[in-house]
Amino acid sequence: MVIFSLFVSVVFAVLTRDDPKDQIKFGARLFGGFVGAGVLIGWLLYPLPL
Amino acid sequence: MRAAAADRTQTPSTLYLICAAAWFVPGAGHLWLGRRQKGIVFLVALTSMFAFGLWLEGRLFPFEMTQPLVALAAIADLGIGCPYFVARLMGVGAGQVVAITYEYGNTFIIAAGLLNMLVVLDVFDIAKGRK
Repeated sequence: MVIFSLFVSVVFAVLTRDDPKDQIKFGARLFGGFVGAGVLIGWLLYPLPL
Repeated sequence: MRAAAADRTQTPSTLYLICAAAWFVPGAGHLWLGRRQKGIVFLVALTSMFAFGLWLEGRLFPFEMTQPLVALAAIADLGIGCPYFVARLMGVGAGQVVAITYEYGNTFIIAAGLLNMLVVLDVFDIAKGRK
């Protein structure tokens, strides 16, 4: 999940921003959002039976 | 920094040629238009993502029109361009359904193809002079 988030964040950041500084900032925010959302949803699903 | 090639609007035939190149080799369109940093990042990231998916035992889906979801996955797989054909020629991408990483591999391969389609749309906009 982390590797997938990294690839997608890099591509989206480079695609949507032109300035390298903006790309790094936006990419880091996207990456954090992806990983954070993944962990949060994982915990929310934890009580549910398989 | 924008290069001169990206600053002028392309003729229709050149425009479609650039888009075809962008589809066939991820990042080639941006490189063509002088956006070297973006082109190199797309080339490395998308090709690595596709290769990673294959390494995770992902499958290159066949075009089975009787199964619409499989056909859609096949179209998404094809979105990566040249690496798809290279993988087919090398005989990889058969996919191991019993492998624990099978679905992860499919996700990587499909997402790489779809992201490359977005990259092609970006190239189209740049070549049209919209960006």
